[in-house]
Amino acid sequence: MEKKSKELSADEKQEALFQRWLNPKGPDGSDLQFQSPEAKKAYRARVTRIKDAIQLRKLPDRVPVVLLPSFFPYYHGGMTPQEAMYDYDKLGAAFKKFIQEFAPDAHIGATAPGPGRMFEILDYKLYSWPGHGVAPEHPYQCNEGEYMKADEYDALIQDPTGYFLNGYLPRVWGALQPLQMLPFFPGILEMYGAAYNFIPFAIPPVQAALKALMDAGTEALKWAMATGAIEGELAAAGYPQMLGGFTKAPFDVIGDTLRGTKGIMLDLYRQPEKLLEAMEALVPLMVKMGVGAAQLNGKPIIFIPLHKGADGFLSDEQFKKFYWPTLRKVMLGLIEQGCVPFPAAEGGYTSRLKAIRNIPAGKTLWMIDQTDMAKAKKALDGIACVLGNVPLSLLSVGTPEQVKEYAMNLLESANGSGGFIMSNGAFFDQAKPENLTAIVETAKKYGKY
Amino acid sequence: MSKKLVTAIAEMEEQQALDLAADLLAKKTDPLVILDDCRAAMEIVGQRFEAGTYFLPELLLAGEMLAQITDLVKPKLKKTQAMQRHGKVLIGTVKGDIHDIGKNIVTFMLDVNGFEVRDLGVDVPPEKFVEAIREFQPEVVGLSGFLTLAYEAMKDTIECVKSSGLRDNVKIMIGGGQVSEEIRTYTGADAYGRDAMAGVTLARQWTGVKQSHSAKKAKA
Repeated sequence: MEKKSKELSADEKQEALFQRWLNPKGPDGSDLQFQSPEAKKAYRARVTRIKDAIQLRKLPDRVPVVLLPSFFPYYHGGMTPQEAMYDYDKLGAAFKKFIQEFAPDAHIGATAPGPGRMFEILDYKLYSWPGHGVAPEHPYQCNEGEYMKADEYDALIQDPTGYFLNGYLPRVWGALQPLQMLPFFPGILEMYGAAYNFIPFAIPPVQAALKALMDAGTEALKWAMATGAIEGELAAAGYPQMLGGFTKAPFDVIGDTLRGTKGIMLDLYRQPEKLLEAMEALVPLMVKMGVGAAQLNGKPIIFIPLHKGADGFLSDEQFKKFYWPTLRKVMLGLIEQGCVPFPAAEGGYTSRLKAIRNIPAGKTLWMIDQTDMAKAKKALDGIACVLGNVPLSLLSVGTPEQVKEYAMNLLESANGSGGFIMSNGAFFDQAKPENLTAIVETAKKYGKY
Repeated sequence: MSKKLVTAIAEMEEQQALDLAADLLAKKTDPLVILDDCRAAMEIVGQRFEAGTYFLPELLLAGEMLAQITDLVKPKLKKTQAMQRHGKVLIGTVKGDIHDIGKNIVTFMLDVNGFEVRDLGVDVPPEKFVEAIREFQPEVVGLSGFLTLAYEAMKDTIECVKSSGLRDNVKIMIGGGQVSEEIRTYTGADAYGRDAMAGVTLARQWTGVKQSHSAKKAKA
């Protein structure tokens, strides 16, 4: 008899998720039909290669290589970011062409642009996107602000979901502003008094917000069907999608989109205890967010973009007190449920390398941007797989020979005992195509063990 | 000079600093003296940032304290006293990019190191840089950008400065998340800075400032 999920160890849960990734399903839930036996073999070989690199138990057959773009595939396909956000068929076709042209071992799906029409319907204020605050030929960018006020920590701590519903979301999604009027749901307890809680739904602005949500849902589904179809086609052709979902470090949840950089940095001095308490309250939510997505998608790797804990943002002591403990708890929570946390150390992380060693071995994938890869590898050797480090500047203006030389150095410095995946260091909009070819070819040709 | 006020600001004791400033003002201390103390404290903060003991939280909190104390003393100021400045720096995030954290840190550090800085904000088109160079006449221009798209915008901006006949009047430095020596060559900038202090060092070199007052003190 199969063990129930509760009885499985973290290792067994991880294996189960990897097995699901190795044996993908089609849209109807049956086994995916591959294009050919070769495509099936290639798919399984690619997933196995990445699995071996992450688990650190045995050497992969060669160094895996991935390319992690933001808007590059669409520029490369001759369209603007605006077109990529509004024309889902064009979006999918460009992404598919990108993967087939460069043939990396895995991809991250055509999901970066997102459905422009949905953001319009909901009047998203947190970002400017092509045609809405930035030019059609530029990618979307975040409008930082204090969307959560300094005196709202208790509200967030006591009831995070309620705070999002009544407080935060109505501020960043214009069409959802009336949700401020929603009832207090835990008050819907018994027949007596229940009716009062439903009165807000009679108010025209609330009804308009609900209508907007339905329209947004329709648009989101349209987009997800298109991007999902591309993912299925690529899998059938032998190219696995590597992300099971994403979550965030509690410090970045607050520092990126709730309080903003200035807000959180001041809170560190003005109300450190509240900040710490709020981050603790967010830990189980961020674990749930990642685990839920991994289970739904049948893939273990959970992406965690790291922002405000990099070198230069905080002192080492501040990092160890405010940033790392709750990020570590999120990572441990993910690992416990069989997920592979995939934190991306954007910028530099040299001063943090010692602290981040404190994590179970063979369970994590670190994306390295500008940190010296040899140092990162040395610090994480035997602990975590490292990925990345080919600089975006080199990809944009360097020559294929320079890229090859850089990649060869990475093979030299980072690859000793496995646990290395060749990749760019940060998400890119622009690059010379021949430089991307140079990354992939160097790994395939020289990445033997 | 109130050593206590300087220390309170430099040690991030916000409430104490505000109380001290209010006290001094109540005791009829010349507002200019209070602002001088603030400036001295900001130099220490800049110095500690340079030394790697202070980071973003301290820069932002120091900026907040300065703003609050300035608001407090402003009504009592009879005349503004222009501070002796080393040189002028024009700064902005290039066209198409709206990131400003890095630019703001550089601006702050240039300011506390005695430069007169004009910040054009974000998403600044090349023509606006050119116009501001004509009008403000800076010795140094700083171009900031976080996206890889900024490479092209930096190049365009520098070319626009060149075609306007102003290239020889200014030194141009670039900086931002993904900027490197390759990008400096590509854009035609004079130098790139890895971090805020590199920007200050470049501005000092180009305006002939040997070393900041506080740096000398620190070495003494």
